Amino acid sequence: MIEGRIVKVSGPVVSAEGMTGAKMYDIAKVGELGLIGEIVRLDGDVAIVQVYEDTSGLRVGEPVVCTGEPLVLELGPGLLSSIFDGIQRRLTDIAEMYGDFVVRGVTTDALPRDRVWAFQPLVDVGMEVVEGDVVGEVQETTHITHRIMVPPGVSGRVAEVKEGEFTVDEPVVILEDGTEIRMYQTWPVRVPRPVKRKEKPTVPFITGTRILDTFFPIAQGGYSIIPGGFGTGKTVTETTLAKWADADIVIYVACGERGNEITEVLTEFPNLIDPKTGVPLMQRTILVANTSNMPVAAREASIYTGITIAEYYRDMGYNVALMADSTSRWGEALREVSGRLEEMPGEEGYPAYLATRLADFYERCGRAVCLGSDDRVGSITAIGAVSPPGGDFSEPMTQNSLRITGAFWALDTSLAHRRHFPAISWIKSYTLYLDQIEEWYRKNVAEDWREVRDRAMSLLQKEVELQEIVQLVGPDALPDFAKAVLETTRMIREDFLQQFAFSDVDAFCSLRKGYLMLKVILTYYDCLEEILVQGVPLRQATEHPIKNEIARMKEIPSEEAEEKLTDLMQRVQTELRSLAEW
Amino acid sequence: MAENRVSLATTEYRTVEEVAGPLVFVNKVKGAAYNEMVEVTYADGTVRYGQVIELSGDLAVVQIFGPTAGLDVDKTKVRFRGEVAKIGCSLNLLGRVLNGLGQPIDGGPEVFPEEEREVVGSPINPWSREEPRDFIQTGISAIDGLNTLVRGQKLPIFSGAGLPANELAAQIVKNAKILGGEEFAIVFAAMGITRREAAFFQESFAKSGALERVVFFLNLADDPTVERLLTPRCALTVAEFFAFKHDMQVLVILTDMTNYCEALREISTAREEVPGRRGYPGYMYTDLATIYERAGRIKGKKGSVTQMPILTMPDDDITHPIPDLTGYITEGQIVLSRQLHRKGIFPPIDVLPCLSRLMNLGIGEGRTRGDHRGVADQLYAFYAEGVDLRRLVAIVGEEALTEQDRMALKFADAFEQNFLDQKDENRDLEYTLELGWKLISMMPRESIKRIKEEYIEKYYNPEKAQELVISEG
Repeated sequence: MIEGRIVKVSGPVVSAEGMTGAKMYDIAKVGELGLIGEIVRLDGDVAIVQVYEDTSGLRVGEPVVCTGEPLVLELGPGLLSSIFDGIQRRLTDIAEMYGDFVVRGVTTDALPRDRVWAFQPLVDVGMEVVEGDVVGEVQETTHITHRIMVPPGVSGRVAEVKEGEFTVDEPVVILEDGTEIRMYQTWPVRVPRPVKRKEKPTVPFITGTRILDTFFPIAQGGYSIIPGGFGTGKTVTETTLAKWADADIVIYVACGERGNEITEVLTEFPNLIDPKTGVPLMQRTILVANTSNMPVAAREASIYTGITIAEYYRDMGYNVALMADSTSRWGEALREVSGRLEEMPGEEGYPAYLATRLADFYERCGRAVCLGSDDRVGSITAIGAVSPPGGDFSEPMTQNSLRITGAFWALDTSLAHRRHFPAISWIKSYTLYLDQIEEWYRKNVAEDWREVRDRAMSLLQKEVELQEIVQLVGPDALPDFAKAVLETTRMIREDFLQQFAFSDVDAFCSLRKGYLMLKVILTYYDCLEEILVQGVPLRQATEHPIKNEIARMKEIPSEEAEEKLTDLMQRVQTELRSLAEW
Repeated sequence: MAENRVSLATTEYRTVEEVAGPLVFVNKVKGAAYNEMVEVTYADGTVRYGQVIELSGDLAVVQIFGPTAGLDVDKTKVRFRGEVAKIGCSLNLLGRVLNGLGQPIDGGPEVFPEEEREVVGSPINPWSREEPRDFIQTGISAIDGLNTLVRGQKLPIFSGAGLPANELAAQIVKNAKILGGEEFAIVFAAMGITRREAAFFQESFAKSGALERVVFFLNLADDPTVERLLTPRCALTVAEFFAFKHDMQVLVILTDMTNYCEALREISTAREEVPGRRGYPGYMYTDLATIYERAGRIKGKKGSVTQMPILTMPDDDITHPIPDLTGYITEGQIVLSRQLHRKGIFPPIDVLPCLSRLMNLGIGEGRTRGDHRGVADQLYAFYAEGVDLRRLVAIVGEEALTEQDRMALKFADAFEQNFLDQKDENRDLEYTLELGWKLISMMPRESIKRIKEEYIEKYYNPEKAQELVISEG
């Protein structure tokens, strides 16, 4: 144990002398309170520690003890439905032991030690196991089977296997060389967990949000950023995805955001039923909550805590979704600590290594063949919110994220002001996954899915051009054909793109329903064009009450969509065409 | 270590090495603690308070809450008090006027504290938070109707130089009401306001009789800048004491946060820190969060802390770091508009960029009224349409518009003149919603898309729309 003395305190950064032998990123206990910190720089016998807790009251001369271990997480059954702070302390335990406010210098077990789990072995004595092999299973929640894996770097012949109820501390499998395999393993947060190889993503990550699934889909194992000024709905989008997205496990990292938002998740998720499994959403969710007023250094760590837990579940072969809200707060924490370390600042005061750190983080996502002999495949899909200052996307966080991310869901302040939600701009957003997952859509949604999508997109593009003309000459000066385009795009915007996240029926829209809705609108447009040619005045067509039915398409439940929307499509055709017969 | 601490309170240092702006560098210090409070006695006997903001070896950097004029390196005495900044909390603080550090300045009797609390406060454990709920009526239509304030929320007012944010704040203090009838208190923290403004607030509180439920923290424009860094923290500590110890519903008004941020920048510059955007320190987000995040409710406690910080947007720029970082932390914002102010509308609330994120938690059946959400959305939609069209009209003239467009234009005028403009009227929510329906009734029934059919059936009445007074905009 290396013990030094504090020589300098400056905000969350503390310097200690007499620390020879301490390693970079080792955890240190600082001061008499034993505040938890991480060594971020070494200079002779002086170690510089970023402290994860408020440093008020620290004195020069107080002890600093290096634990000789980096920041490691405990990974095992009991993670699901939990709420942790940025360094994997259980907030529920802290509340129980220390009251309603977070006090300093406390530690908790990341995994409950008193809880027993029914361990079901899957190996026999004498079998050879290698790293990543599943040695047994534990039913962690009703629908998630927790696979107990041989930790990376361990292999050998099984000497002893136990069956029955154990706590996470007890060994369940013992190898011939004496290695004990427990139900939990530890892993340093800053090191990616190894996989056999990364796979090409080909399956879409279904979100249930129409604009994303139809226009800007991403693949399982992909990553996307949602930048937007305040009030544009980043958090609502993130929580909507956390609720309805097609993933086995959801990890929600609330990084430097509002306390009340976490409360919202905590009150809402246990009461929301996952439509796929029929159990509360909380059972598949893990929360990492480091709110904006909690210590800044722990905020920096929280995002790594989140991704490490995600990797652990991916290693079991699950599809994991990681919501990071907001990566900008993580970047700012990095900037703050960098400033205290008196490093040379890069753009806007951010450290020069911002881009590298971001890339390191996002590259930990992906679809991968996991370690172990069964070649199971798991994925991590990450959605990172970005909060650009002043809503200006030219700032370093947005730009550096853009260089690595595969999809860009731009939130637009003017849409939000018009109460168009989700306020995702269909002009600025893009996705790079379209070609990779098109095949899947053709097979599973509709053969002409891509054509319908592209056509709707080009109409929306056309609207932008037409709006410019309207701004100059007024809408009346446009010919009827152009007006028909505007009428259709208004329909796409209001009756298709707008989606109310708090509605019972509309919060989640199936791919097929989304496709059919768009198809109805395009049919409407085709018919408009057709009858305009035959001399029907546009006004007569647009006043037809079938429009109101199109406006209410959202309210049709996904399971009835097939029948009702096909019927509507036919009626749009017959009724509009009947206008021409007069 | 223990003996060291005891002796500290009695050890005086005369080892001031350097003075730079509000910072004093004290040498040969032993055992001082980070963020500890310090008493500095000047050569002429003046006593000032300060706080340790950096320790390096035996050098302590102290930030002084007061002018450093008259401070010398030779005779100045520095005493470390061995504790961080605290404020004495008591219910007797209600009705009192305190300075920025929480000391009474109204000449009233001494306050005997029931409890001493550290002003820095600890973060509420996210797990222990209770969801904000229940509506606070401000008496302002644009807030109650469209951007409802909810207990436990933080909802700032973004103002501009010369806009009547103070008048609006005073009106809210006067009329704010909790419909459940629980005990209600207001903590008002003024930072860097002028004497004229201070007099306005005091008079207005006295006149409306609100004074007895207000604790008034007053840091004037010519008071020490650095003191401002403690003012909101003192105010919130008292608010937390009222809310979580005495089960009260507390509304905290902080004005003007722009002055607070200027103080933060001043200190940061004096410390020669790497500046972030526009010279404000990189940690301003975190610092502001430690203030704003102290709003909230706690499981199992009856009280709540609700915040309405007021700030002035420099050059009316909402992307300036101060409103920008605030907006990222708070749960919505109320924005004042110069244009509306010029039209003589009070309060000049520009509802389009306004937002109350927690509105849905405070409204609806059983809390306000079932049609509240729909009415708010519909008013927004029509008004936004009208405002958009104004721009178009300026280019193409009114003749080029359709009948529907002309109606939307008229709606926008009517909305501003009837709904937004209310002068010093105190409107209850029922009245505000009725007014909303009158405005909605101006528009054709089939254009109403955001309200449920049953409510349209019940409240839509074009005859009522005739009662509105609309003058040509």
